[in-house]
Amino acid sequence: MAISSMTFLVALYIFMLAAFTGYVVISRVPSILHTPLMSGSNFIHGIVVVGALEALFHATTLPAQIIGFFAVLLGAGNVMGGYVVTNRMLEMFKPSTKTTDKTSGKRG
Amino acid sequence: MIAEYIVGLSGLIAAALFIYSLKSMSSPVTAVKGIVVAGYGMLLVVLASFFSIFNVSGEAASHLPINILLAIIALVLGGVWAAWKGKRVQMTAMPQMVALYNGMGGGSAAALAAVELLGGRYTSSLSLLIAFLGALIGCVSLTGSVIAWAKLDSRLNTYRYSQQKAVNAVLFGLTIILGLIAVINYGPDDSGIFAILFYVGALAFGICMTLPIGGADMPVVISLYNAFTGLAVGLEGYVMDSPALMIAGMVVGSAGTLLTVLMAKAMNRSLSNVLFSNFGDSTAQSSADTEQKEMKSVDPADAATTMRYAASVIIVPGYGLAVAQAQQKLYETVKLLQDAGVDVKFAIHPVAGRMPGHMNVLLAEAGVPYDMIFDMDEINESFPNTDVALVIGANDVVNPSARSDKSSPIYGMPILDVDKAHEVFIIKRGRGKGYSGVENPLFFNENSTMVFGDAQAVLSKMVEALKALKGV
Repeated sequence: MAISSMTFLVALYIFMLAAFTGYVVISRVPSILHTPLMSGSNFIHGIVVVGALEALFHATTLPAQIIGFFAVLLGAGNVMGGYVVTNRMLEMFKPSTKTTDKTSGKRG
Repeated sequence: MIAEYIVGLSGLIAAALFIYSLKSMSSPVTAVKGIVVAGYGMLLVVLASFFSIFNVSGEAASHLPINILLAIIALVLGGVWAAWKGKRVQMTAMPQMVALYNGMGGGSAAALAAVELLGGRYTSSLSLLIAFLGALIGCVSLTGSVIAWAKLDSRLNTYRYSQQKAVNAVLFGLTIILGLIAVINYGPDDSGIFAILFYVGALAFGICMTLPIGGADMPVVISLYNAFTGLAVGLEGYVMDSPALMIAGMVVGSAGTLLTVLMAKAMNRSLSNVLFSNFGDSTAQSSADTEQKEMKSVDPADAATTMRYAASVIIVPGYGLAVAQAQQKLYETVKLLQDAGVDVKFAIHPVAGRMPGHMNVLLAEAGVPYDMIFDMDEINESFPNTDVALVIGANDVVNPSARSDKSSPIYGMPILDVDKAHEVFIIKRGRGKGYSGVENPLFFNENSTMVFGDAQAVLSKMVEALKALKGV
């Protein structure tokens, strides 16, 4: 794929909309979930691994291959680590036994 | 052509799933589902990115088999290592682990910019400039996060010297200039020496910027670097012509910035204060008069008895509780109190633990249901009607001088009003000061009583005492 075929103005539109989205979505999160949330957003920017993969596929010289390898390695660590840690934290949040009984009763 | 659509569409789906997942995380009920959904999105987009090998042509095509092999090895190595670490990490060590993963993301963004530089695939100086900007932010995030990790993991101390700010400013300016020269020089016969120096400068700046920041401010810094990495990813997304990266990166960038500001506000520190001033230098100036007063102390069993016959108890846990690994014992104590008909609540300060929400995670790990846990704003007005407040391993977040003493370094920080409860018990290891080194007049109050000892030992004695009372 060519580098930067979209106009810079379109890019600015995307950035602007994404920035507002992030702001609105986060402003409703209660503080008890702030740590998992930071970890979760940490996982999401792990999408950088996709860019790293593409850069590595296009690498032609040895230095580019080596740096590309590390780009993918670090990105993969970001993704997997972020996911595992966030999932572990969120799974621990449980309501009181009363409410759990209700939901399990519904299921059964 | 079809491959391009597959890559593009999967990116679009992933971006939508990411936003949906962040939204789901706004409630503990849907939060687990949220992260799983985001996981599917990530899996989809990573698998689809392998379709872009069909777009590789020309010189790169002959290297493709090796590159694919390298990519798979890197994915497996990085993924397995991180998953293995993430499964084993203690909940108390979570902030530094998040910092480490975040640094990896920043490093990845910086490295990917370098690969593109080496490949000479930039067509305009604008995208080149943006690539360098993303690389700068990514590098700072990488080394800064590693320093933050090392500090929180107690592998590194805060390091300060005179003129540090000036040195950092010069380093930053130099890095920018090197980057600009590299942009101007960029071309087929460029040796790349300025680009290399630029990278070295950016990495060094991340270290120098983070070293003087105190441990108490680290959560804000980690959150800031999280936003930085998001921004770097977004910028590199523009360079790579990938809207999915742009959206995901920028959403995290803005959300992370907001989160950082919220955290700094909860600690009553402005962001510039955190980054450019040294906290804790002005200790032990005030509160000379409080030292003459006596602290009262009591036996754990007596304190437990008082709570057993109280109508309502609010527990204020701090990081000291987690250090003593006493969350389980605490919940055991709480259950015994509840059996005796006591109304027990937990009050959590926004910055309890090492990160906002960290204490909630630690309590959740011990099995405390989240509807027993209350935010500072929700619970502060109930302290005057509460019989007993039990403070465990918390200090600065219950320090009344934050309300009244203008000379105190923590003046103006919102606190939990435990001193307004009828009776306050404070479990504390010794008579020392808190994490930030500020004296706490709460300990000398009329209605305050200290319970000295390790949190784990004290709570064990409380459990014994409560069980004995139950037998009667």
